[in-house]
Amino acid sequence: MRQSLLRIKKQESINKRIKSKLKKTMRKQSKYIENAQIFSNEEIVRDAEHTDHFIMELIAPQISKHASPGQFVTVKVQENTTEPLLRIPLGIHDNEIKDTNKKGIKLLYKVVGDATFLLSKKKQGETINVLGPLGNGFCLDEILFEKGQTAIIIAGGHGVAPLYFLAKEIIKQREQDEAFKGNVEVFLGAATKEHVICRGAIGKFCSLGTDTIHVATEDGTQGSKGYIPKVVDRYLKKQTTDHCSRSTIYSCGPKPMLAEVARLADKYNIKAYLSLDAYMACGIGACLGCAVSTREGYKMVCKDGPVFSAEEINWEKELQMD
Amino acid sequence: MTGKEKKKTKLNLRIKIADVIFKNPIWVASGTFGYAEEFQDFVELEQIGAIITKTITLNARIGNLPPRIVETPSGLLNSIGLENKGVRHFKKNYYPFLKKCKTRIIVSIAGADIDELKECAGILCRDQAPDAIEVNLSCPNVTHKGAKHRLIAQDADATEKVINALRKTITVPLIAKLSPNVTDISEIAVAAEAGGADAVSLVNTYLALAVDADTMKLILGKGMGGLSGPAIKPMALRAVYDVYGKIKIPVIGIGGVMSGKDVAEFMLCGANAVQIGTANFTAPDIYEKIMREFKTYLSEKKINKAVSIIGRLKGIKA
Repeated sequence: MRQSLLRIKKQESINKRIKSKLKKTMRKQSKYIENAQIFSNEEIVRDAEHTDHFIMELIAPQISKHASPGQFVTVKVQENTTEPLLRIPLGIHDNEIKDTNKKGIKLLYKVVGDATFLLSKKKQGETINVLGPLGNGFCLDEILFEKGQTAIIIAGGHGVAPLYFLAKEIIKQREQDEAFKGNVEVFLGAATKEHVICRGAIGKFCSLGTDTIHVATEDGTQGSKGYIPKVVDRYLKKQTTDHCSRSTIYSCGPKPMLAEVARLADKYNIKAYLSLDAYMACGIGACLGCAVSTREGYKMVCKDGPVFSAEEINWEKELQMD
Repeated sequence: MTGKEKKKTKLNLRIKIADVIFKNPIWVASGTFGYAEEFQDFVELEQIGAIITKTITLNARIGNLPPRIVETPSGLLNSIGLENKGVRHFKKNYYPFLKKCKTRIIVSIAGADIDELKECAGILCRDQAPDAIEVNLSCPNVTHKGAKHRLIAQDADATEKVINALRKTITVPLIAKLSPNVTDISEIAVAAEAGGADAVSLVNTYLALAVDADTMKLILGKGMGGLSGPAIKPMALRAVYDVYGKIKIPVIGIGGVMSGKDVAEFMLCGANAVQIGTANFTAPDIYEKIMREFKTYLSEKKINKAVSIIGRLKGIKA
């Protein structure tokens, strides 16, 4: 009799915690524009090789205070010019910067075109106009506060940017919350070893024996050789059905990779949340430009996303576009 | 007290269109400001001269296949496809908020044919009419049934007919939004006036394309799109300049406005009011900057009334 009473009490306290967390994610998020001072803007160099990946730290107290993992900002890379005209969207990599006296955010980006090239040339001390936090963020409520829940985090290339923030928050919760006993399995996929980023940074807050980081490069120069979804498939094959039912997938990366992750989520019956990307104009849900095809019609990546559940996306239509 | 105090003349930005007074000539363009709610964190909505809503249609439209937007040199190419949830949904969910904004609300409407337009306008004006209706005759993404030209706005007769039909249906001021994808935009403006429009707004977007040479494909899902932004300003100015003087009703200028001086340029060419569009995407709080710059321009020129610069280009005027 006493045992069942204890179980009921435990379930009640878990339910209470879930309810309050849900309330937090449903509350209207505030958006801010800040003329953020650049604290640092440095290239990630691996083995003396340029990687074309940069981390920019910005002093942005409001955005830092309100940011949740999975949300993004838009940045005006150059003032008083029409080239480029629009802002660029970048996932929030972290809500803390090295200088703990200052509140700010980190952006991890890859130089892929003119706008990101200009961004990479910005120096410490310069100001840059930032709008955020935008979007819905990853839903952390799916990680229930029971022993044995696993967050499977799958990153493709610089898709690791927002996932780093997510992993950090999950593990922080574990440290603060006695009841939360979950773990993270991080899968980092990249083309070559020069493109493997954040391995060390994530490793810093993971717990040995509890969390695992799996690395895979397509050319085999680091970690396993192969395409990251294939590595995840091999891992999932070895898990029990019970383990899969207590796991949640969080992923970000190139669209074809996300489609593969969605397929895996379906195959192993695991709930999956994917962070999508799209050309954006306003970033705040007004212009209806960043549409993505879902099973319930078009949704906006900047407002209804960027995080969508894998089963929501109409992959046939989305992959046709490329 | 000293008698040597400078007499401070207050800046008068008021303009009048079809007997409706607007607090200033700087408005926000349809499709670039949503239904205003998204921008309230960034702009004091009540300081905007007029808010023109995203275009609504009688029935919901799902919009065009993505990708719907892409940046081009100093411009934006879009093919949104008039995605909206229909006039009834608008009335119930967006209109109440808009009506509470202490400024003029102009609702933009479109339709596949005259009957749809009339019905939409009728439903809209039934309980609480907006301050004006802007008729979107020219969106290049709407597939148009049966007519000789691809868009109503490319056909002077159709334009006159549609405006006339709406004129008979509703009493609120009607603004005809014109397309620049025509040989002679003045001809269309004249037709709109003949049909009973209270004003014309020009220009809507220019038909354009973006190609990805690497994939060898058109970038937009629908292929063709409409170009807006700073790249089109010289062409939009020419259109306003061309139309002004050929009609008696006011001209409202649209096309690449990014600064207070740009506003002045359009007014000098003949615009009574000017709409800001794509600029809103570069910074959601840009309205205040543009207004501030426009006021500075007027004070530097020692001009007290905004209306006094309308059509006031010095020198040659046809």
